[in-house]
Amino acid sequence: MPLTGIQTLIIILAVTAGTVITRFLPFILFPETNRPHRFITYLGKTLPAAMMGLLVVYCLKDISPAAAPYGIPEFVAIAVILILHKWKGNTLLSIGSGTVVYMFLVQKVF
Amino acid sequence: MRTNKREIKNAFLSAFPHTLPVLTGFSVLGIAYGVLMQTKGYGAGWSVLFSAAAFCGSMQFAAITLLTTVFNPIQAFIMSILVNARHIFYGISMLDKYKGLGKIKYFLIYTLCDETFSITCSVEPPDGISRKYFCFFISLLDYIYWVAGTFIGGVLGEIITFNTKGLDFVLTALFVVLFAEQIKQKENRWPAFIGIAGTVVSLLIFGRDNMVIPAMIIIMIVLAGSRRKLCR
Repeated sequence: MPLTGIQTLIIILAVTAGTVITRFLPFILFPETNRPHRFITYLGKTLPAAMMGLLVVYCLKDISPAAAPYGIPEFVAIAVILILHKWKGNTLLSIGSGTVVYMFLVQKVF
Repeated sequence: MRTNKREIKNAFLSAFPHTLPVLTGFSVLGIAYGVLMQTKGYGAGWSVLFSAAAFCGSMQFAAITLLTTVFNPIQAFIMSILVNARHIFYGISMLDKYKGLGKIKYFLIYTLCDETFSITCSVEPPDGISRKYFCFFISLLDYIYWVAGTFIGGVLGEIITFNTKGLDFVLTALFVVLFAEQIKQKENRWPAFIGIAGTVVSLLIFGRDNMVIPAMIIIMIVLAGSRRKLCR
């Protein structure tokens, strides 16, 4: 433990405060009692799909297309997930199978 | 009173299966976090406290650096806001869904993480299930998984030798499936495309360490520009 107990506690508080601000800010700026501006309502409807896209790309950011394994495990696993999900429509089955395929590929193949 | 109990129980039963991928992912990552903290000299007490108070996975990993160098709380605070800025967009998405839920709402906002956001915005509670308790259990379970994972990692440390390499992909898989659920609806396809394309552009320009905030700005600008097209 390089920091003292008090210093550690202060760091934890600082990180918590920063996180809490990002989480509460929209709800403080646009309280239930006021009807939010139409643009905010529009963002509220379109942001979920856009942010899901962001999260997917964010999870794949560490792939190096120029170096082995060239993102092949991720590509194959995601293909399996999408095909299975289109076919069976079972969320847990799609996620479970995709993860098992990915683990097999990174542990045994690449 | 009895109907209320049954209402809560049913909400729990329908929420729980949706959180199973998070249980898997958070167990792996939470344990990894607890172990990592342990190797830096921070025992289970500290890592659990950090997880329970801040509940922000990626920032907590980043904060390990802050705990092992010169004491600088201002930097920690600013970094936390920047790394967690995406929560602002989650909040805007949830303004409507979390409306009128009473005091539970504060807990839902406090624990609004990537995984809880993606499940809550993509999955509707089945008919007859209270939205309030459905959202509550998704949030509560995800929160417990993370804190418990951290605790297990902090206590057991490196005793665990099961080869979990690649298991954290379960969270990527969760996001991919929920993304697929989102684009089932036609009106979500253009925003989803903007989300992917905007983030890829940001990744190429700003690199993997600084991509999120520019991506958010690109997404917001393009969404604003295509508002008329979408509202028609």
